[in-house]
Amino acid sequence: MKKLKRFFIYLFLSVAAFVSIFPFLWMLVSMTNKSVDVTQGRLLPGTAFVENLQNLLDQTQIGTAIWNSLIIAVITTFLTLLIGSMAGYGFEIYRSKGKDIVFSVLILSMMIPFAAIMIPLYRLFGQVSADAPLIGLDTLAAALLPTIITAFFIFFFRQNTKMFARDLVEAGRIDGLSEIGIFFRIYLPTMKTTYAAAAIIAFMNSWNNYLWPLVVLQSPEKQTIPLLISNLGAGYTPDYGVIMTAIVIATLPTALVFFLMQRHFVAGMMGSVKG
Amino acid sequence: MHRLKKNYIGWIFILLSVIGISLFYFYPMIQAFLLSLQSGMGANLEFVGFDNYVRLFNDPTFITALTNTVLYLLIQVPVMIVLALIFSVLLNDPTLKFKGFFRTAIFLPAVTSLVAYAVIFKYLFANNGLVNDFLMGMNLISSPIAWLSDPFWAKITIIIAITWRWTGYNMIFYLSALQNVDKSIYEAAKIDGASSVQQFFQITIPMLKPIILFTSIVSTIGTLQLFDEVMNITSGGPGNATMTISMYIYNLSFEYTPDFGYAATVSYVILILVVILSFIQFKVAGDRD
Repeated sequence: MKKLKRFFIYLFLSVAAFVSIFPFLWMLVSMTNKSVDVTQGRLLPGTAFVENLQNLLDQTQIGTAIWNSLIIAVITTFLTLLIGSMAGYGFEIYRSKGKDIVFSVLILSMMIPFAAIMIPLYRLFGQVSADAPLIGLDTLAAALLPTIITAFFIFFFRQNTKMFARDLVEAGRIDGLSEIGIFFRIYLPTMKTTYAAAAIIAFMNSWNNYLWPLVVLQSPEKQTIPLLISNLGAGYTPDYGVIMTAIVIATLPTALVFFLMQRHFVAGMMGSVKG
Repeated sequence: MHRLKKNYIGWIFILLSVIGISLFYFYPMIQAFLLSLQSGMGANLEFVGFDNYVRLFNDPTFITALTNTVLYLLIQVPVMIVLALIFSVLLNDPTLKFKGFFRTAIFLPAVTSLVAYAVIFKYLFANNGLVNDFLMGMNLISSPIAWLSDPFWAKITIIIAITWRWTGYNMIFYLSALQNVDKSIYEAAKIDGASSVQQFFQITIPMLKPIILFTSIVSTIGTLQLFDEVMNITSGGPGNATMTISMYIYNLSFEYTPDFGYAATVSYVILILVVILSFIQFKVAGDRD
């Protein structure tokens, strides 16, 4: 009886694992096959990888798209972590009634769906286009600015700061460090794990962001990776081998970041879950 | 005096965030409300009072988009949360073998980009795609299912896709919460003769209640904003069978003749739904911990 139960548990988990992994295996295999083989459901690796890659490079601006996505993701991650952690630290270490109210109001913004503010944001960037072309519509700055400061990361860092030993702040003050100095010299190095987890989440969110870049970036040379893939997939005569190659290239960085930092990621999630 | 100075420095730490969130969230929200009282093409907008809100009730596309979105929510979120709970409980068993492999495998979909996996699902569920090949190969169906071109199956495809992408993500939250549960509670329950099903409903679920509430609110907000998948798997079709509110807002603003005012009105519906549903979820969950 017990053995039978075990057997079904393993069967259930194996099916779930297979279903989860299969699309990845399929895209990896399809990357090496010709378009016609992909449509015929070929499940074995082929020899067309170099050809697919060549076509991808020739027919699309994949290099530019990767570069754009990378620039946006790196700047976004850096600023998100800096601003978000400063706020989380500020709210947790310097408490006052006024700050608690401000915190609650900022947290409310997590309830605001992006679709609800997309049009005013689009118009806002449209208005600044004339005066400040560097951050107006169709610039990488416009694609990343509204995504940098989110209540989620303030909340995330505040939760994790609860685990930070307050005595270290006092020790820093006694040693004559300024308040900002304490943050950069003591808090930041001790909270490496939290920063690592936040970095993974911020990088993935930015790298995979679709709707706002779709709205704000119009010219082909400003395309990001999700926009490029979406366009490829919507074509009338899609070359499946080429598309699969693009998808693998797009998935690789986030998968890699995740696997390299898996431990930090789970630890970071736990920190934000605990009350 | 010294204390006052530090308090003032505390505000400096949060200043940028306060400015950023006010500028990129609260200000646009007020703007969206003002916009929702206006109508017209492109930049030529004039105030029309609450006409746009009346228009909602007579707009069949809006009603379809709203119905679809609510339908996804009612079916997908519970299915996913129950599945994630089952996975987490099974994978929390210390005697289980290959735990690491199963956890990583089931979490893996959460690292993909929504657009990339949506495109893959579009091909997997095509008429001559692998899913139909597999089902026919197993003799489960005799002719291909029109996953993408039948109104009913297209909705199912979207639901399957979102479930694939997010179940593992939710599972991680439950797993980390389960690891904080004191093992002795389960041992005591075993001695009292509680079956594993009883343990699940009487210990695990109540223990995880706050985190289940958290994930269900996050998933609800996510599903109400569903866009990437629908745009890339079915483009809202066939007809408007898979259209969501977010996609309708996008179409109203950037695909059809732009009517920003009406689009803003539709967007307020999502906001109101988020507030109402989160409130209900808090109430149903009872205590606010």
